[in-house]
Amino acid sequence: MTAPALDLKRTPLNAAHRRMGGRMVDFGGWDMPVQYPAGTVEEHLRTRTHAGLFDVSHMGEIDVRGVDAISFVNRLVSNDAAKLVDGQAQYSALTTPQGTVIDDLLVYRFAADHLLLVVNAGTTEKDWEWIRSHQSNETLELRNVSAEYCQLALQGPEALKILQPLTDLSLDEVKYYHFREGKVDGVQAIVSRTGYTGEDGFEVYAAAEKGEQLWNKILDAGSFGTDKGVLPCGLAARNTLRLEAGMALYGHEIDDTTTLLEANLGWICKLNKGDFIGREILAKQKEEGVQRRLVGFEVTERGIARDNQDVLIDGRQVGRVTSGSPAPYLKKNIGMAYVPAELAGEGQALQIDVRGRPVSARIVPTPFYKREKNS
Amino acid sequence: MANVPEDLHYSKDHEWIRVEGNVGVVGITDHAQDALGDVVYVELPKAGDEFAAHESFGSVESVKAVSEIFTPVSGEITEANDSLQDEPEKVNQDPYGAGWMIKIKMKSPGEVDSLLTAAEYEDFTKAESE
Repeated sequence: MTAPALDLKRTPLNAAHRRMGGRMVDFGGWDMPVQYPAGTVEEHLRTRTHAGLFDVSHMGEIDVRGVDAISFVNRLVSNDAAKLVDGQAQYSALTTPQGTVIDDLLVYRFAADHLLLVVNAGTTEKDWEWIRSHQSNETLELRNVSAEYCQLALQGPEALKILQPLTDLSLDEVKYYHFREGKVDGVQAIVSRTGYTGEDGFEVYAAAEKGEQLWNKILDAGSFGTDKGVLPCGLAARNTLRLEAGMALYGHEIDDTTTLLEANLGWICKLNKGDFIGREILAKQKEEGVQRRLVGFEVTERGIARDNQDVLIDGRQVGRVTSGSPAPYLKKNIGMAYVPAELAGEGQALQIDVRGRPVSARIVPTPFYKREKNS
Repeated sequence: MANVPEDLHYSKDHEWIRVEGNVGVVGITDHAQDALGDVVYVELPKAGDEFAAHESFGSVESVKAVSEIFTPVSGEITEANDSLQDEPEKVNQDPYGAGWMIKIKMKSPGEVDSLLTAAEYEDFTKAESE
């Protein structure tokens, strides 16, 4: 086993990943497990059928406090933070004046004067500088608290059953995109019913030094090591799960060259909430319509589409694959791509240039995978 | 530790070749399949296709990545293991057996002498991971 490169950042679970045989890779400057010994396919399937546990401590957290916390954040993000109630979370985006995306994030409301922004790992520094540069008010307190937190995501149909015995919180009362503060295995934590897999599940935030205790406890509670037990999952399974669920990944489907409307994220663009950065261009784009649109596609012959491959229609390049991969649960090869808006209709035939070989695909609705909701 | 059978020759691209007369059977090593993870797709050439030594003859894909595969020797494909189309997992389960990829009629059988022995390949993979 090799030691992590010194210049890579480590989460509080780094030693646990290595001990458990995680295959470590450089992920945006972080030393992270891409998969564990069970392998990506098994990790993906177990999360769909039982439960998977993910270390997402590399995500960034920015704490915003002050009487103007909501109005401050609402100027920077596209969704309407004023609609949140205490204990609620919201998917949103930090936008540029051009209506493109600095980052996508979750906004947690603890109180009218206290929000927590959870941002992507690779963009934390950029987001922090951007947010701080807009501070105009002495009473507003901004803190980058990323290093203080560990974040574990327990995802899958059995997540609630596994986590409930470890906490006094009544988890079935925590609604989707809501959270509570309480103890998990005696550790003060934020327990949020959110995730990035398309499954029911929880994200648990706690003090960084408690990360390994919680990780081990959840694995034990989920009978890790048995056929139907929880599996620790790496970044590869996290990616295939979110892709099946049709969720955007920053740097792939969205970045500072794509607008929210092009990315089908109009539902987090609250153009009537009052002014926010980029609103004007987004409003104009909404009225005039977008030139290109993000679509989901399914490969219809043998071959796997991969990120950055060209999308062709009748031999002409019309777009590019933003994410392409086998979908382990659906047992199909799928992807997302930008194509001209007039060619973005369901059923549209495409070809993907797979290393020089045109492979047939067609546009299908997203999400590719939708869980059956029985609660 | 990865399995490295004594009776095979190895390339630095992590293929093995088993010499049977003037035909070589080629696949990827246990080390390679382990590094790749779950194999979900294998693309192979047709019988009759010709390749120079160390030329790419196809690709093997895991959920995460695509790797090209290279012929250790030059020659003409006599057979491809088409059963890998439906059961690519054989590459993980039995890389030196059911996971074989091509049979190649060797143009210059002497080429195998320039490949690595099992011991040399083991040292090579160790050095690579350090």
